[in-house]
Amino acid sequence: MKKNITIIDYGSGNILSAKQSFARVIKTENINANVCISSKPETIKNSTHIVLPGQGAFETCINGLKGIPGMIDELNNFVIAKKKPFFGICVGMQLLANNSLENGDHKGLGWVDGTIEKLPAEKLKMPHMGWNSIRVLKKNLKINPRETDYYFVHSFYFNCKNKENVLAITNYGIDFPSIVNKENIYGLQFHPEKSSDQGLDIIKSFIKI
Amino acid sequence: MLKKRIIPCLDVKDGRVVKGINFLDLVDAGDPVQQAKFYSENGADEICFLDISASLENRDTILRMVEKTAEEVFIPLTVGGGVRSIENIQNLLKAGADKVSINSAAINDPNIIKNSSKYFGSQCIVVAVDVKKESDSWKVHSHGGTKNTNIDALEWLKKVEDLGAGEILLTSMDKDGTKSGFDLEILSRANDVLSIPIIASGGVGLMDHFYEGVHIGKADALLAASVFHFNEFSIMDVKNYLKEKNIEIRI
Repeated sequence: MKKNITIIDYGSGNILSAKQSFARVIKTENINANVCISSKPETIKNSTHIVLPGQGAFETCINGLKGIPGMIDELNNFVIAKKKPFFGICVGMQLLANNSLENGDHKGLGWVDGTIEKLPAEKLKMPHMGWNSIRVLKKNLKINPRETDYYFVHSFYFNCKNKENVLAITNYGIDFPSIVNKENIYGLQFHPEKSSDQGLDIIKSFIKI
Repeated sequence: MLKKRIIPCLDVKDGRVVKGINFLDLVDAGDPVQQAKFYSENGADEICFLDISASLENRDTILRMVEKTAEEVFIPLTVGGGVRSIENIQNLLKAGADKVSINSAAINDPNIIKNSSKYFGSQCIVVAVDVKKESDSWKVHSHGGTKNTNIDALEWLKKVEDLGAGEILLTSMDKDGTKSGFDLEILSRANDVLSIPIIASGGVGLMDHFYEGVHIGKADALLAASVFHFNEFSIMDVKNYLKEKNIEIRI
């Protein structure tokens, strides 16, 4: 069956890069799939995979998502009711949490229990920007990332309530979750679309779900 | 551990690379995509394009170039040169740039830093600062280094950070092109006043200069052009050298 991957456009960031990385994987791996960018909730109905990118402030992102009538309902239906594969990148991953303490206290999608908190900045440059390694804590048959360097840009992190949702961690002052997972939901703090071949490998494994 | 980044910088004019790789038989040596791809496949942690087009009409050309590069290169891409407005920034980000570097426009109107970082997020706003030493202090120069603004560099850096810059690209005009190493003094002083990452630029001639840049200058990333373009050594040579000296680096 042909896979329909939809990247949700809700006005956040460098969305084209995400699309191009998926298109590249589909082409080089010769996968029967199509990737599109959409801001229409109707598109989600016909999708097999959803990607939620995200850049900038949490509040702006969640408001952008809420600002599209019917979007959150359709996402809930896709992710929670139908349990289809979902992939959140950077702030798109942070939106999965119950809430974020970035510039106040803002409610998230609440799909993976936890709070978005500021990385403790003692003597460290902020944002956490650049290539950093990940350590895989939990084997996952579907996504099996290489324990190597990936590209990060963020100042806040996902403080997961349930440790079983943490697939991989990264250290920057503290150990924080760099990949979270709950059933069909995957969230990456780093940018797989900017992390060279190892990033494209994760995208490949997600498309193959 | 977070790694120190090595960033090759390519000068482009009217969508063509004018200062780039000189040692390979590239089918089209002026093609920014081929050049960026080569560096990305050979250890670069990011790619930086500096647009030196003289006229404004060529903004569309650079956008197409960024689009094509972002289709082929899957590491971060920074684009600078001639960025004057929020609209310029938006167009570059939409075309696929991950970060945009602002220089003279920020000096003319510092609010562009505040507005753009608020709108797009600090992570994509790099402020490029060209400095020149005058007795005991450093002054900021603008317009490709041709104009002395008489602004104190350290004060400006702090202001830029407060306005919301996500990163600083700090170029020493005294050192640029001399191959005598980075200006370690301004680098470490900048590091003392800033809490955002600093990319050091200007002066690399030897592999040890990269080591000094991170070890003494405390830079978070190192940018170089001609030493890579002329294959005096490769990015991987530099990375292996730094690794041997116990610097955290992505191999």
